[in-house]
Amino acid sequence: MSQKTVQRDHPWLMRTYSGHSSAKASNELYRMNLNKGQTGLSVAFDLPTQTGYDSDHPLARGEVGKVGVPISHIADMEALFHQIPLGQMNTSMTINATAPWLLALYIAVAERQGVDHAQLQGTTQNDVLKEYLSRGTYIFPPEPSVRLTTDLIAYTVDNIPKWNPTNICSYHLQEAGATPTQELAYALSTAVAILDAVQASGQIAQERFQAVVGRISFFVNAGIRFVEETCKLRAFGRMWDTIAQERYGVDDPKQRRFRYGVQVNSLGLTESQPENNVQRIVLEMLAVTLSKNARARAIQLPAWNEALGLPRPWDQQWALRMQQVLALETDLLEYGDLLDGSPVVEAKVQELIAGAEAEMARVTEQGGMVQAIESGYVKRELVQSHTLRMRNIESGDLKIVGVNCFQETAESPLTAGTGSDIMQVDVQAERDQIAALQAFRATRNQGEVDDSLAQLRAAAMGCDNIMPSSIACARAGVTTGEWSEVLRKVFGEYRAPTGIDVSMAGQTGSAALDEVRERVRKTGEELGRPLRLLIGKPGLDGHSNGAEQIAVKGRDTGFEIVYEGIRLTPAQIARAAQEEGAHLIGLSVLSGSHMELVEDIYSELEKIGATGVPLVIGGIIPQDDARQLKEQGIAAVFTPKDVDMNAIMADMVDIIRCANGLEAFA
Amino acid sequence: MKPHTLPDPAELAVSVSRGERAALATALNLLDDRRSESRQCAAVFLARLQHDGSSAGGRLIGITGPPGAGKSSLTAALISVWRQRGLRVGVLAVDPSSPMSGGALLGDRLRMKTSSDDDGVFVRSLACRGEFGGLSAEVWPMSLVMLAAFDVTVIETVGVGQREIDISRMCDTTCYVAQPGSGDSVQFLKAGILEVPHIIAVNKEDMGAVARRTLSELGAAMNREHPDGHWQVSVLSVSATRGSGITALADAMEQHHDLLLSRNALGPRRQRYQAQWILKRLLEEFGSFGIERLGGEQAVFSRLETQNLALFEQYEQFRQRAVGFYNDTQH
Repeated sequence: MSQKTVQRDHPWLMRTYSGHSSAKASNELYRMNLNKGQTGLSVAFDLPTQTGYDSDHPLARGEVGKVGVPISHIADMEALFHQIPLGQMNTSMTINATAPWLLALYIAVAERQGVDHAQLQGTTQNDVLKEYLSRGTYIFPPEPSVRLTTDLIAYTVDNIPKWNPTNICSYHLQEAGATPTQELAYALSTAVAILDAVQASGQIAQERFQAVVGRISFFVNAGIRFVEETCKLRAFGRMWDTIAQERYGVDDPKQRRFRYGVQVNSLGLTESQPENNVQRIVLEMLAVTLSKNARARAIQLPAWNEALGLPRPWDQQWALRMQQVLALETDLLEYGDLLDGSPVVEAKVQELIAGAEAEMARVTEQGGMVQAIESGYVKRELVQSHTLRMRNIESGDLKIVGVNCFQETAESPLTAGTGSDIMQVDVQAERDQIAALQAFRATRNQGEVDDSLAQLRAAAMGCDNIMPSSIACARAGVTTGEWSEVLRKVFGEYRAPTGIDVSMAGQTGSAALDEVRERVRKTGEELGRPLRLLIGKPGLDGHSNGAEQIAVKGRDTGFEIVYEGIRLTPAQIARAAQEEGAHLIGLSVLSGSHMELVEDIYSELEKIGATGVPLVIGGIIPQDDARQLKEQGIAAVFTPKDVDMNAIMADMVDIIRCANGLEAFA
Repeated sequence: MKPHTLPDPAELAVSVSRGERAALATALNLLDDRRSESRQCAAVFLARLQHDGSSAGGRLIGITGPPGAGKSSLTAALISVWRQRGLRVGVLAVDPSSPMSGGALLGDRLRMKTSSDDDGVFVRSLACRGEFGGLSAEVWPMSLVMLAAFDVTVIETVGVGQREIDISRMCDTTCYVAQPGSGDSVQFLKAGILEVPHIIAVNKEDMGAVARRTLSELGAAMNREHPDGHWQVSVLSVSATRGSGITALADAMEQHHDLLLSRNALGPRRQRYQAQWILKRLLEEFGSFGIERLGGEQAVFSRLETQNLALFEQYEQFRQRAVGFYNDTQH
């Protein structure tokens, strides 16, 4: 074997999406991960921070520090990056509606560390449009949201040239059910909508506009069909190159490059036999690394046990090690593009491009991505794709090992423990965070706070860029909730279309479905009126796929479904159940705050005299919690391993029967 | 099987008239219930409610129009105006059912709520339940319950053809929400269906020229007296999202209501509409043969219109008789 050193490509940035409990705990985690060879940071914020509430706001109850780190003010942000020199770090922040605010805090902390703005490197996700379709952390209506997005872009292009101001996400579209064609079409249509808005804002001189196009990056998903996914990424690169050249006249090929980061698919990760997720994740990683010409710039992998709950440090380490083995042990990085010239790959790429261009044309016909989102068109298309996927899993046409085939398993030593196989957020963390926030408020100079908020209000009402006044707010000690409240007052709040009014034909043809439908009908007859199911998503969590699929399936089985979308308060859900005469309340919670929310809903139901309506809950709910919830009276707990939707609906019918003194069918 | 527990109809009527929310929910569930013992209980309850005369003061407003015209947003905007005026509002929101499964997706209620803890607003969604083109059978009795508890009751429904006519034969005041730029409104006009609304609201005035053109087209076409008499159809420009023109719309609705009151037209009008509704229900349930057995359409109608008995009780009496005929025939 030759001893000659082979020229290897630089590996991609390796990150782990993380953050929880508090800024201090997350800082310790980050420094540990950096010591393990992680080369960048990917900050997960908790839902109150993402939706613009302070940790002590009533809507934040149970959500503080759950899915990410709570950041309420500059001292939190400073603690998060304690002993991490921001001048040398590359930090990705998954933040959207409040992106200008979190970037302002980051800049203010850099100032305190004595780091020049121009040195900062990193990414703000800053793609609110996809939040209306998936994930749900939007606050304002689309028009002012796009304005905030473009303000951040315009500011960084001039002041923080190495910053990626927006990371257009197709990732969450796939999680919401998008096909590869839809992912291409909607992500690129979003990028076009944002760039058009930047251009129209007049904040950037024409000759600098190429640089703006060059700073646009993407955040992509990779599913288990890794050959098609490889082709999808090649298609992305080609389509973006064409758009940049033809629509925006970018002549420097480097500025037209499709730069993207990846988190591989979570939708396909299973709760049953979760060890199989390891090979799924590895294959998905291959999809985004195989072609040198369409390789990811940054990769973060989910943990194998994500469908069970919050991963522990060891689970995250395992995900990082997968990347390191591929990048450092294998010979992948020693070669040029392996797929160039393959007629099979080329044909698939062409097919995807043709499909995506046709869909983009339909979006354009409707006036563009913003209009197609506001009208509900895009959301309906996604719900429809996801419904088809669920039907195929149910019928067995789409095979998922360990879920709808090969379900038998030996006992797993990995999940044998009792509750210790996932990370638990300390309940004390929320109380500590609130106490620290209230103490912080008392230390501020109120005059400075008021002045900076007045500046912010003036900028929001006029057309000054939002960043300078936001940075002034950050320095003055304004909180996340105060910053957001000013903008809420100026811009108003928004509720996005739910998309469940899909026009697709109801499901037909299966004996199991016919059986459930008959049970729904018969029970409705026995109870005197059609069965009504109220589906509620309490709390700040916006992951609504599960709720939407139950809504569509419920309609298909003959239920009358009341579903009003995300972010409802327990009081709203309780009142809706009463006013609508629901026979059953179905809650969907994925953020980990199910214990607090269920408790609150029970007390609201009692307050208005609506007890007696049974409750079920679905989501990512650890077994110990499920047991406790049942002790509190929850009739059933559904988790990601429950993929047989007919069985879920049949359970619901029986629960209604039992609650009304009828004999169960099963 | 657990015995089916029914509420005490007299007590329920009292609680509903007081506007108690839990009682309202119970009453609406009762009216939705098709079991025969529930129907009897419902008849007694409604008779009691009507007898108390508590529904006389309330206003019953129908809001209809094509899909996507912004009816829910407009209803929401009206609700906030009414709330500012101190009026309590009940809404019946009607959505289509799936013909395949009988199921339905009902999701508009939240858009109509200004605040989650406002006791002055109550929204109940209803599915059409296979009544093609028409409103489901429960809407009318439910509207009586809402009227007893609220100052304003709104029935909101997608109006394409028949349902518009149905709604106008149930409500005191009907408002058609027009979508600018769609040819629909003019088409409906040609079909004569637009003869039913008292007020036309051209929504989305923020669309500019398109909205102005629709406004002037409808304004020209509707520049006449409503077939009811004494009322000039108003055509108004509004924007539900911007909140413009909403006060004027609420004022027009109030003027129409005042007109009905000043002419003592409200009572007879409701009586007549309710009689028509019952006749239609009987026709749907028993066909023209059944109506013949009951003495013919004219006789049924005039009895409904003139007799002083509570209408719902009469409806139940007719139903019992008609069911009796069928049972006799089968024996």
